[in-house]
Amino acid sequence: MSMKAITRQVDSVNVVDLSGRITLGEGCSQLRELIRDLLAKGHKNILLNLGEVTYIDSSGIGELVSGFTAVSNQGGHLKLLNLTKKVQDLLQITKLLTVFDVHDDEAKAIASFA
Amino acid sequence: MKSLEVADEIVQRVCATAGFEEEEQHKISMAVHESMINAIWHGNKSDASRHVGLRFDLYANRLEIHIRDQGAGFEVSNVPDPLASENLLKVSGRGIFLIRSFMDDFRVEFVPGSGTEVILVKRINSSDNSIEGGTDREHEGHNTPS
Repeated sequence: MSMKAITRQVDSVNVVDLSGRITLGEGCSQLRELIRDLLAKGHKNILLNLGEVTYIDSSGIGELVSGFTAVSNQGGHLKLLNLTKKVQDLLQITKLLTVFDVHDDEAKAIASFA
Repeated sequence: MKSLEVADEIVQRVCATAGFEEEEQHKISMAVHESMINAIWHGNKSDASRHVGLRFDLYANRLEIHIRDQGAGFEVSNVPDPLASENLLKVSGRGIFLIRSFMDDFRVEFVPGSGTEVILVKRINSSDNSIEGGTDREHEGHNTPS
């Protein structure tokens, strides 16, 4: 199953509901272009909902980091929502939980951008 | 990419045969996935005419997975630590770290003129899911540059 992304706006935040696999190739390319497009349109508050993401490889992790850096460099914020246990474990062992702002409640996550 | 998907499917089947729990299957699958990517990209330099070999040796107490490419090899000790603060925000460089984290043993053997073989080992803890002797399953495919 390849990656799917649905973007919706809640207040000043663009919530991206991701599902499927974020892996080397199509999944990573899609995510890269999606964040690039949002930034190009001036959307700098991005919340990635990873609740339905079934698999992330090291390239996918790299893409999350790349997105985080790109958004931060433009003065914005990229945060993560609803990590599955597998993704949580991956970010834990790679120490990236110390980098990303992670939430498990969408309303609170939205409020944190204010 | 097709080779990676085929390898993923084979790994899942072998892990199920070996009796690994779902979480362990996922870790083994990720370790093989990362090893295959390294073999295709770094080993074979995305040269589609070169092959990556994938072999499974299932023993009573462990599963050994051999991934062989046709590249010049690499020195594991030269791979930067992705947990170092200066590397934390790097886009790449986490593959070997994940492989080591997920497997019980990880070795790299270079065969001059032949290529590089990465050997991943996962111990089988329960006697219920062991298979006596061992069985080899080999899959070999062409590289598919991404």
